[in-house]
Amino acid sequence: MIDTNLPAPPGIEGPGFFATALDNVVGMARKNSLWPLPFATSCCGIEFMATMASHYDLARFGSERPSFSPRQADLLMVMGTIAKKMGPVLRQTYEQMAEPRWVLSVGACASSGGIFDTYSVLQGIDRIIPVDVYVPGCPPRPEQIIEGLLKIQELAQNESTRRRDSEEYKALLESYSIQ
Amino acid sequence: MPFSNEEILKFAQQTIGEENIIEVSEPHGLLTLEVKPEHLIGLVGDLKNHLDFQFTFMTDLCGMHIPEQIGRELGVVYMFHSWASNTLIRLKTFAPIEAPLIPSMTAHFNSANWMERETYDFYGIIFQSHPNLIRILNVDDMDYFPMRKEYPLEDQVRKDKVDEFFGR
Amino acid sequence: MEQLIKTGNNLPDVFPTDSEDFANELVTLNLGPTHPATHGVFQNILQMDGERIVSGVSTIGYIHRAFEKIAEHRPFYQITPLTDRLNYCSSPINNMGWHMTVEKLLGVTVPKRAQYIRVIVMELARIADHLICNSILGVDSGAFSGFLYVFQEREKIYEIFEEICGSRLTTNMGRVGGMERDLNDIAIAKLKKFLIEFPAVFKEFEALFNRNRIFMDRVIDVGPISKEMAMDYGFTGPNLRAAGIDYDVRVMNPYSSYEDFQFDIPIGENGDTYDRFMVRNEEVWQSLSIIQQALDKLPEGPYHADAPHYYLPEKDDVYTKMEALIYHFKIIMGEIDAPKGEVYHAVEGGNGELGFYLVSDGGRAPARLHFRRPCFIYYQAYTEMAKGMMLSDAILVLSSLNVIAGELDA
Repeated sequence: MIDTNLPAPPGIEGPGFFATALDNVVGMARKNSLWPLPFATSCCGIEFMATMASHYDLARFGSERPSFSPRQADLLMVMGTIAKKMGPVLRQTYEQMAEPRWVLSVGACASSGGIFDTYSVLQGIDRIIPVDVYVPGCPPRPEQIIEGLLKIQELAQNESTRRRDSEEYKALLESYSIQ
Repeated sequence: MPFSNEEILKFAQQTIGEENIIEVSEPHGLLTLEVKPEHLIGLVGDLKNHLDFQFTFMTDLCGMHIPEQIGRELGVVYMFHSWASNTLIRLKTFAPIEAPLIPSMTAHFNSANWMERETYDFYGIIFQSHPNLIRILNVDDMDYFPMRKEYPLEDQVRKDKVDEFFGR
Repeated sequence: MEQLIKTGNNLPDVFPTDSEDFANELVTLNLGPTHPATHGVFQNILQMDGERIVSGVSTIGYIHRAFEKIAEHRPFYQITPLTDRLNYCSSPINNMGWHMTVEKLLGVTVPKRAQYIRVIVMELARIADHLICNSILGVDSGAFSGFLYVFQEREKIYEIFEEICGSRLTTNMGRVGGMERDLNDIAIAKLKKFLIEFPAVFKEFEALFNRNRIFMDRVIDVGPISKEMAMDYGFTGPNLRAAGIDYDVRVMNPYSSYEDFQFDIPIGENGDTYDRFMVRNEEVWQSLSIIQQALDKLPEGPYHADAPHYYLPEKDDVYTKMEALIYHFKIIMGEIDAPKGEVYHAVEGGNGELGFYLVSDGGRAPARLHFRRPCFIYYQAYTEMAKGMMLSDAILVLSSLNVIAGELDA
């Protein structure tokens, strides 16, 4: 029999109670229920569709409900080239998301402009929004996209619940001029 | 059966006059005529309404910039296809870069609408009597026409790509 | 069972557009660049009277990547990865179309075996493209299971592409003058297995939709387009064939040995969404038949042309023979000039006539390269078609037109 239960975080156990740090519990809950916002623009979007389909199922990692409304999403997955015309739209979508939010940049075009070193393509989305994990590839295989999601899960699990109010995070948002 | 290039050339010469056809060539067997902008719409209308030729489908419309041809730098290339007889024909027209005015093909084909907007966006060619000649693919506040040969490909304000390492 | 909800052009007798009260009651809806249904990034600003669309404006360019400008700075063999990203659901078709254009310019004849292999990969890509379009049409009308069945089959097509060229989606397949490697035994075995297993799954997919009462009510008479309007707006491909005109580039101007194969062109009657769906389904069956014929009749012979000036020599020859070394150097460093001239070549892409207009002035990179993109040309008609429709029908029409953003903006 394979045990599919998550390992419990370190804590003190007794009859009817389990004591651990709040951060551990919140981290465990967040990591296993990340709701993605698929911001799919081009070819990487088709690989995302393949990742969501039944062969490489993304839903088994907790991303059962891809939300297209930023207000209800945790993870912004930017997949595909972002042109300069699309930049303000992406920024507005990011600003509408509620904390805690993570950003996964999928593909070479979203990470750095990719093969399109031209006047009309934004050379990487980290020029306008802060990014947590980059997944390189053109397009990345579904396994790589899943690995990117697992790394976001790691970040979500180990993040302190106070991080979003900390000075460092505020300074990061300031550097992008995001209120 | 496709009509021969001689027949179509003779018809074009009769319609707009032999002296108004600036250049005739047949690259890879496709009849290519260069005409002046003012004769363009009339010739296309006659080719479209001709009972035998029936060039009723416009395959393509694109712009060109040839800086070497002084006085005729910016141009538009049209391709028409007659499905009834499977004949293809290419028309070109050029205008000077100071006043790139070319009549709009939306008079005959609705599919020319966006194709002319794209050509305007890339080259700055003004299509007269176009219903809505504004930029279509680039950002609306761009102040230059990027496909012209004098402008570079890369974005000049990017900081992290050192041109030396990329061989530029 | 009569349709309780009427769709299509059922406008009221008098459309009170003149009255100012009416104009003030219209709502502007932004069907914005971020689509809920992963179609691609294009925007429609719609004026709505309640649920009905009165008029609309399309804005595109949200993924403009300046392909044509990039192409003026790249040698011919480096433009192939660019063409991949035009219609990325069926990239082998774009690749092969580009290679054929360059071969026409250079005057290179491709041997029969390479042409048949090209036909096989192009038809596989066409199947992949139509599978996406139809399953996403199903998802948009609320039926999610078809999407899951069909994407499992797309994984099999991806495996075949991987065996042939190494990559799943953006394939960069083939070279100027033929293919880069021959079909190995594993690829042929996978192809044969695909041809045996796929028809059963596709029949199941069709059984979910073709005679499904709910689906038929949603898509019949939604977004019809007449033959004249389709020709006027530059429609080609399955959308045109659904309107009733049987124009197919593979039949009218055959390329790459398509004249050797026996296949039908499905056409529809009134160009509505149901016709477009059925035409695409039928084209999948025709493509399967073409692949079967090509695999049965695959001739022996070389898989690339004998054109040492343009086709890279074998790597072990480069390391041992002098001429191969020199050719390799000249091709990569761009010492070989292309002939001057202009050429136009069109292939039947997943969405219609995909044309490449190439003007060469003798240099390493083209002087001008223009892509005749079918999506860009027929998408102009969308706001015309959507007038008077309810919003949910307009979404289905948009899905059935199969607008791929990469091809729209280039």
